[in-house]
Order: sequence, then structure tokens, then C-alpha cells
Amino acid sequence: MLVTKRKPIDEIAGFVSGESSVFLLGCDGCAAASGTGGESEILALEEELKGRGVEVVGRKVIDFLCQKALVRTGLRPFSQALAKADSIVVSTCGIGIQATATVAELPVHPACDTISLGGIRGEWQGEERCQECGQCFLEYTGGICPLTACAKQLVNGPCGGAKDGRCEVEPEVRRCAWEVIYERLKRQDRLDLLRSAPMQVKDHARMRPPEELRGTRRWAIDIATSEEVAR
Amino acid sequence: MKLTELFESGKFVITSEVAPPKGTDLAEMLENAELLRSRVDAINITDQQSSVMRLGSLVASQQLKDRGIEPVFQATCRDRNRIALQSDLLSAWAVGIENVLCLTGDHVSLGDSLGAKPVFDLDSVSLLAATRGLNEGADMEGGELEGKTDLCLGAVVTPGADPVEPQLIKMGRKVDAGARFFQTQAVFDADAFARFMEEAKAFGVPVMAGIILLKSAGMARFMNANIAGVHVPQPLIDEMAATAKEDRPAKSVEIAARIMRKVKDICQGIHIMPLGWEKQVPAVLDGAGL
Repeated sequence: MLVTKRKPIDEIAGFVSGESSVFLLGCDGCAAASGTGGESEILALEEELKGRGVEVVGRKVIDFLCQKALVRTGLRPFSQALAKADSIVVSTCGIGIQATATVAELPVHPACDTISLGGIRGEWQGEERCQECGQCFLEYTGGICPLTACAKQLVNGPCGGAKDGRCEVEPEVRRCAWEVIYERLKRQDRLDLLRSAPMQVKDHARMRPPEELRGTRRWAIDIATSEEVAR
Repeated sequence: MKLTELFESGKFVITSEVAPPKGTDLAEMLENAELLRSRVDAINITDQQSSVMRLGSLVASQQLKDRGIEPVFQATCRDRNRIALQSDLLSAWAVGIENVLCLTGDHVSLGDSLGAKPVFDLDSVSLLAATRGLNEGADMEGGELEGKTDLCLGAVVTPGADPVEPQLIKMGRKVDAGARFFQTQAVFDADAFARFMEEAKAFGVPVMAGIILLKSAGMARFMNANIAGVHVPQPLIDEMAATAKEDRPAKSVEIAARIMRKVKDICQGIHIMPLGWEKQVPAVLDGAGL
């Protein structure tokens, strides 16, 4: 379970400004339980974006965006809509956003921040990792998390420590995250993003679990399920 | 004296560096600084380079300043969070240090304290921006300072990185964040450096080419295999390999001087990393006509 919080619509609209059309993607797992990525939230997001003049060419809510195979099969019926889209706005956790960025060739925009649970896990993830930092950086990094993929958690570009594309920490197993980010953005012809992105500063205050999630083992998805059962 | 004042006066600026001891005995570091003082404009003091715990750069910088040697205080983001870094920068200014080199720093895993927490709260870009803020009289939270700094901000770049474009993009971000001069990772391939400078000159910020004294062919091969952004071309390795041990210092000086002669007209200064061969630095500068 990962808990997400929708970003303000102004921030999301800012991400897609300059694009003519977008595809919306939600997740029926934790994000639906968090009230950020379910069917009704994606519909609401569509209305909000349309209200700001953003054309939405399609939308889909997939079970478990953290699982790349499910993302791939879930998006397959939408190839025509995706061909018309400039990007995908993904309303789910950092893992689902990264999994989508890996599977889809389109740029992705995060519609959520992933909030710290202080250590609880349980999602069906692949290589993508989310630190629940509460200030999602994926918009500026080609959908690759610099907090979990870079050994130094650098958020403003690479250090000078990579050798032949490998990280200075455990080079035998780690690629330089910023080189992977660079390559993906270059492939998408979006390198200007690295030059123009605002300077990022980590806000560790946002990495603390919020009061309502601290000291509890309740998962939002469990709460949602038990409420459903009660009905 | 700020390095920016020297660049503005049109001077070709020469810096070198010394490393504080692992311990409290400063004698060797000060001796090395004395060997360099008459030939360089300033001396960098490394900040626990390669993540090996040592005496701090701040106090070592002050020791040089007290002896009339201009220090460049190196500050990395590896060991201190934004509170400690900003505090050290205020302290540096308060004791008369004027130049600071802002770096991300090596990862803890390269050093001798493998269980230490890698901090990296800030990075080189946000550290530069924070320092510029202190110069303007406010900390990172906007809190007003009683007495501001006026530090001259330097940064580093790796011209031999492959691909080099991410380095150039980050160099631009460092300039935007306040960097006013750059020292580079070691240059051995003058042609590659010239291609880098073709791109880097657009930033309009002085660049000092980094020079490492090659001690042997083995050292060159080690650096090629292990040091990021450093590439010693094979002809230089062959040249060192063909040199008898007793002639190596002279050959090393000759090679460094040759590289410097090739690059000095396309950059604004030289930063020499002697790595224990401080004694050879005057001869290198003589050989390069500097």
C-alpha cells in the first residue's frame, strides 16, 4: 500500500501546458483507496483539465499500475488514443508513474505526491522504487525517480562520479540514474527539461509520515475494503 | 583576495591544492603549501577527499589564510546537512576566507567509514544557491542574517565525461545558481578539452583546466580504469612506460607542461593537483611558461 495525495490542479496544468492533448491514467489499487486514482477521481481530473483548456483524448483506470505487465496489457486497447496524445498524466504513486514511464514511450506527468507511511510496503512492484517523499520529482526526470535510483539522491543533475555509465557506488550492479534520465529525455527530444527545470531542494519535512498515518498499521486499502464489506 | 577579482583583472589564474592530515599534525600540509605559495594565486583545501575522514577543510583553510596564503575552501554535501553547511560558510567568512568551491562530494562508499550516513541533503547546485543567498544576507529559509558573507563561488565540471552533454547542462545550472569560476577534472587530452571549451565558453564563466601529475604508467592505467571522467591517452601511457624510474619525475613535469601549453590559450586558468609531488609544481609552471 502506498498513500497518495493529488497535486493541485494548477501544478498539473502547468506540467502539460504547451501540449495539445493528454491521456489520463489511474490505478484501481492503492490510488483508488487513497481517493486519487480511481474511476471517479480520473473523471474529476478530466473535468478539471478540460476546464483549463487541456484536451483529454482518453482515460483508463488499471488494476495495479505498479505492475508493468498490467500497465502494458491495460494500455493496449488504447493505442489509437495514445497515438494522439502528447503525454500521459498518471494519477497514482511514484512506482506506478515510473512503471508507466518505462512501458509507454510517451512522456508521463505525475498527478500525485506519494506520502510517507514511515516504512509500510506491500505493493506489487518491479525495479521501480518510491521513497514516499511527498514532493514527486518525476515530472522533471523523465519518470525515473532520482531519490531511489541515484546513490546520492541528487535532484539537480548528475555528479561527476559515473564511469562508463556506471555509478561510483556498486558499479557492477548500478547504472548512473542521471545518465538513464538523460538518455530517456534525449530519446523523447525533451532535454530542454534538464536545462529549464526549476532548481530542486528536497523538503525532508514532507518525508515524514503525516499524523493520520503515523503509528497505525491500518492500510487505507484495508479501510476501504472493510467499509465496502460493511455496506 | 577573491579569484573573481583576478579573472576580472585579466590574469591567467593558477591554483593548486593540499590535503589536510588524517590526524592533527598539520606540518606536512603546511610544508606542501609553502612549496606552492610563491607560484600560485590560491590553494584549494580538500574536504575529506575520497570520503576518508580527516581534519576539516575549514580550519585548514584558516591556517593557510593566517600564513598569508589565499585558500579555496572546498565544501562538499556528503557529510553535512543544510544547517551545518550554511553555518560553516558563515564561519568561513567570519575568519577571513573568501573563496569557496561547492561540490557534491564522493559517495561514502568510496572511503574509510563505510557505515557512515551519506547526507547529500543539498547538492552542488543547491549549495551554490544557498551560498549566494548568504552573500545576499539571507539563509535558505529566507531568514535575515546579522552580517552577510561575500564569498566568491567556484564549482567543478568534468570535461572528459562521456557523454559530456549532461555535464554541460549541469554546468549551466551551476552558473545559474551562482558559480563564478570552474575548476575541471584532470585534463590529459587537449583536443577533447578544446571541444569541451567550445561549448562551455557560452556560459561566460572562467574555466581553470585541471592538471594531475602523472607519476607512472601504472597510475595512468589505474585512473583510466577507476576514475570517472579521466582518460589518459595511450601515447602518454606508452611515454611514461618507456621512462626509467629515476627519470619519471622529469618526464611527468614535461608531460604536464606540454598539456598546459596546449590548453592555456583556450581557458582562463590552471588548477594543479600534485597528489604528493608538490615539489615538481614550480618546474611544471616553468615548463608551461606560466
